[in-house]
Amino acid sequence: MKILVCISKTPDTTTKIAFTEGNTKLDENGVQWIINPYDEWYSLVKAIELKEKDAAVTIHLITVGGADTEPIIRKALALGGDEAIRVNNNSNDSFVVAQEIAAIAKEGAYDLVLTGKETIDYNSASIGSMLCALLDQNFISAAVKLDINGNSLHVVREIDGGEETCELNLPAIISCQKGMAEQRIPNMRGIMAARTKPLKVTEASVSSATTHIKNFELPPAKSGVKLVDPANMDELVRLLKEEAKVI
Amino acid sequence: MVLIYIDQDQQEIKKASFEAISYGAALAKQLGTTAEALLLGTVKDNLTDLGKWGAIKVHQVNNTALNSFDAKINSTVIAEAAKMLGATVLIFAHNLNGRAVAPAVAVKLGAGIVTGACALPKTDAGFVVTKTVFSGKAFASIQIDTAVKVISINQNSFGAVMSDGNATVSDLALTVPASTLKITSVNKIEGEVPLTEASLVVSGGRGLKGPEHWGVLLDLAKALGASTACSRPVSDADWRPHHEHVGQTGIQIAPNLYIAIGISGAIQHLAGVNRSKTIVVINKDSEAPFFKAADYGVVGDAFEVVPALTAAILKSKSNA
Ligand SMILES: Cc1cc2nc3c(=O)[nH]c(=O)nc-3n(C[C@H](O)[C@H](O)[C@H](O)COP(=O)(O)OP(=O)(O)OC[C@H]3O[C@@H](n4cnc5c(N)ncnc54)[C@H](O)[C@@H]3O)c2cc1C
Repeated sequence: MKILVCISKTPDTTTKIAFTEGNTKLDENGVQWIINPYDEWYSLVKAIELKEKDAAVTIHLITVGGADTEPIIRKALALGGDEAIRVNNNSNDSFVVAQEIAAIAKEGAYDLVLTGKETIDYNSASIGSMLCALLDQNFISAAVKLDINGNSLHVVREIDGGEETCELNLPAIISCQKGMAEQRIPNMRGIMAARTKPLKVTEASVSSATTHIKNFELPPAKSGVKLVDPANMDELVRLLKEEAKVI
Repeated sequence: MVLIYIDQDQQEIKKASFEAISYGAALAKQLGTTAEALLLGTVKDNLTDLGKWGAIKVHQVNNTALNSFDAKINSTVIAEAAKMLGATVLIFAHNLNGRAVAPAVAVKLGAGIVTGACALPKTDAGFVVTKTVFSGKAFASIQIDTAVKVISINQNSFGAVMSDGNATVSDLALTVPASTLKITSVNKIEGEVPLTEASLVVSGGRGLKGPEHWGVLLDLAKALGASTACSRPVSDADWRPHHEHVGQTGIQIAPNLYIAIGISGAIQHLAGVNRSKTIVVINKDSEAPFFKAADYGVVGDAFEVVPALTAAILKSKSNA
């Protein structure tokens, strides 16, 4: 079985977000870059678990991005995966990114494509669904559990207010979230091995974006907290009723 | 025409779809066109009632095979319907099913998409949609450059607006491809409002010290009729189920009221809840960062403050 794991580079979760150039660009000053947590903790580790069960599994990683994504790809390779592909396209339009991934996925005839539920930067949650249309394969979103037996998949996905279990066959696209796997830390052997694993770079083949970012904005700051005496909860109830009008 | 996808679950229309219709109707008005709804499958709800939320027509693909969700099939049928009806803008709720189909529909229509929109598009020059980015830490305004446009809207960001009106319902004859996946079971958490749909949320952190102490929080939630949430370490330690975990790596919510009990207010936690209309923080440490993001704060021990708040709520309810 051939698995393609989609890896995205995102700012670390502790990043205090700020913008530059008239609020049109993320201020990258001092930003630490990480593998998008959903890609790392859930889809990549899930793929590694599948390979640990079945040595015949091959794992390829794919990133669509510039050369600055390579440290992230090496870190992902240190966790696991046999080789990586970087498509040299800096677009942040999901449609463009998905088309680049679809081209690689078709060429490599992967059985399973894993993505994170969403990225923690643009939160588009779009790539898996777009691949469903581009590859014309089944897509299960927000999966919390996956078992594979030969050609058949048993997947549990989150639905609003619960979970749903589905059965289907490969090939398929699955977006992963909490529950899929347990976070791992790369070990020294993995880090050493990652240095020599193949990282292929292919040039961008898609250019026509369907959207573009005009500008960013930070949420308005709260005007300041109103402290209520812990011995006077009647007052808090009154404020919530009469001032905030939320209960 | 603005076409709004009606999401159903076990033949019941989801609350998020009413909000999507209201959003679509407001956008249609802005664009000088009509708002029409699209339902796949059959539901128990009375479809003419969708007029109350602003749809003038409901197109129904009356095929019971569509009552179970399949992202591939649903997106194919929605895209065909959109082409047949000549929709120029498609609206989805950014709930779990909406996320699974809207981007696929956009691909099939060659349309630009903005997911997680939190306001009506600006259409005076171009078509610019504002969405949350960095998991709630910021907003981005994104221009859609294609003729057909797809938007999914964040839940609780616009509000369902009720008026009077009846929609006309008509069947849409479309071939439905056969699904190749089988849904073998559905587990719903009984009697609970899904967190993303809840307007009142009570949330607990590590300050509650252990699962055995959740009673005070649950009593408060019950008194308010609120849903419950928690911080990440709480769900990581299995004190509470994973689906209650809110924050940058959990779910992002925007209820009318968010009460945080024994939560310090780490940046990753705030990202998931800072769009709440009103935030109340109960924490024994007056220096807890969460107070900076709060509207109301109580500095005190949760085990004393929370039962007192519950009692005050019950008292005010019995007086009403
Ligand atoms: C990559 C990454 C992603 C993350 N994503 C998330 C996320 O999505 N969501 C999330 O929540 N966290 C996330 N975190 C974790 C986050 O950084 C914090 O560690 C976490 O939010 C802290 O949880 P807490 O507030 O419950 O616990 P603590 O920080 O331990 O705070 C406990 C609070 O309880 C108060 N307290 C103690 N006793 C009492 C009492 N008797 N009465 C009242 N108050 C009391 C204390 O004063 C303290 O403020 C993430 C971290 C990382 C590294």
